[in-house]
Amino acid sequence: MRSDLEAAAIGVRVASRERWLLRDVDFSVSFGERVGLSGPSGGGKSTLLRALVLLDPLESGSIRWRGNIVDELAIPTFRSEVTYVHQRPAFLEGTVEENLRLPFQLRAQSGRKYDAELAVRWLERLGRPPELLTQRADRLSGGEGQLVSLVRVLQLRPSLLLLDEPTSALDPETSGRVEEVLVGWVKDRPDERACVWVSHDADQVERVSTRRLLFANGQFASPVGEGAST
Amino acid sequence: MSAEYLSMGYGQILAATLLIIVNMGISLVLGLALERRLLVASARTVVQLSLLGFVLGWVYQHPQWYVLFPVAGLMTFVAGHAAIRRVRRTYPKALVTGTTAMAAGSWSITLIGLIVIVRPTPWYAPQYAIPLLGMILGNTLNGISLGIDRFGEELVNKRDRIETLLALGATRWEAAHEPMREALRTGMTPIINSMSVVGIVSIPGMMTGQLLAGVVPVEAVRYQMIIMFMIASGTALGTLLAVLLSYFRLFSNKHQLLVSQLTSR
Repeated sequence: MRSDLEAAAIGVRVASRERWLLRDVDFSVSFGERVGLSGPSGGGKSTLLRALVLLDPLESGSIRWRGNIVDELAIPTFRSEVTYVHQRPAFLEGTVEENLRLPFQLRAQSGRKYDAELAVRWLERLGRPPELLTQRADRLSGGEGQLVSLVRVLQLRPSLLLLDEPTSALDPETSGRVEEVLVGWVKDRPDERACVWVSHDADQVERVSTRRLLFANGQFASPVGEGAST
Repeated sequence: MSAEYLSMGYGQILAATLLIIVNMGISLVLGLALERRLLVASARTVVQLSLLGFVLGWVYQHPQWYVLFPVAGLMTFVAGHAAIRRVRRTYPKALVTGTTAMAAGSWSITLIGLIVIVRPTPWYAPQYAIPLLGMILGNTLNGISLGIDRFGEELVNKRDRIETLLALGATRWEAAHEPMREALRTGMTPIINSMSVVGIVSIPGMMTGQLLAGVVPVEAVRYQMIIMFMIASGTALGTLLAVLLSYFRLFSNKHQLLVSQLTSR
């Protein structure tokens, strides 16, 4: 059976081209999966997630999404379906709500409209009040920023989330909520949703994932729990 | 030219030099250590302007297009080089980008100015073509330099924002829109400022020259307006092109921000 996102032999080099950050990496995810990715800092986990959505130039290899090679024209649409969530969320000037509205102005999101109720529902599920919408986005704490950036991406109804330490700035209780929400998000529609979750917290990886992988030195260290399902 | 125009001789230059020497004396007495720099700067003024005088004199005596065009090309190349040298973050082929934008922006406006507006005979008469091109180049240089500089700064400082937009499905054009707008605004600010205060705070150099040469004020004002508009359009066009070409260098057609292409100096 083919996987929904397939990376074949992808390679990324540093700008000076003298060193490989990723080399000949194969990776695939299918809908319904929750892949937990752990490994040492600087081992290339973020680089891998960025490479999967082509945020950095690939030196080799290719990415297939639902069976098709992702070509130049399709990249914005592809990224609206397979979305990388940055560890340090970035916002534009303005309120949280203005930031949540912003992606709907993009061509890749055309035909969709901002739904305030939906945004509030996601906020509440993450344990934050609706008043957060009127706050200035650049004044958010690191943790609240992470929550808002999750709401920003969830309201866009992606299919695959690439989460780069999404709870790194959160207290354990809120982290637990985020885990619950994201696990529930995949479980609700296992035939059209999946996530890859990068975390330093081994317990968290254990809790959230159906498949666990160790990534170090730009490669998968060993097929930990390959194919295992929980 | 009017009869009121006074020609300057070497004696008068010597008198003006005395002013500088007095200043160097003051610097020596007070230990300001400025005398050496003043001397070097004054020497450069003499040498560079004398050279300019010779070259212009020679070009005026040879009003042929095949004399004018290499001179204009050299001026453009030097301006392009100066524009890129002042940029804090450079990228591969930035010099080509800057010079191309410089040439396209200033030449097109100078050509229109000569052929459609000022209309000397022949249209490439060096007396008109060289000063016009020079003024437009000088200002376009600032626009391009500031524009590319700001664009690089925006991309580095707002990298997270730009990549967040790209990650959410923005095209490279959508993601670059704000940095480009900021870069253009920065590049255009000096000329817009000087257009806003011209005549109130400052009398432009070219107009001063015409007034000293005895041109009636109304006439000098008309010239100055035309020049101002030409300078502003040249700057706008050159800056726009420079930022646009930089955009194509720093955002790939795969909608990637190639921030690693930028190296600071």
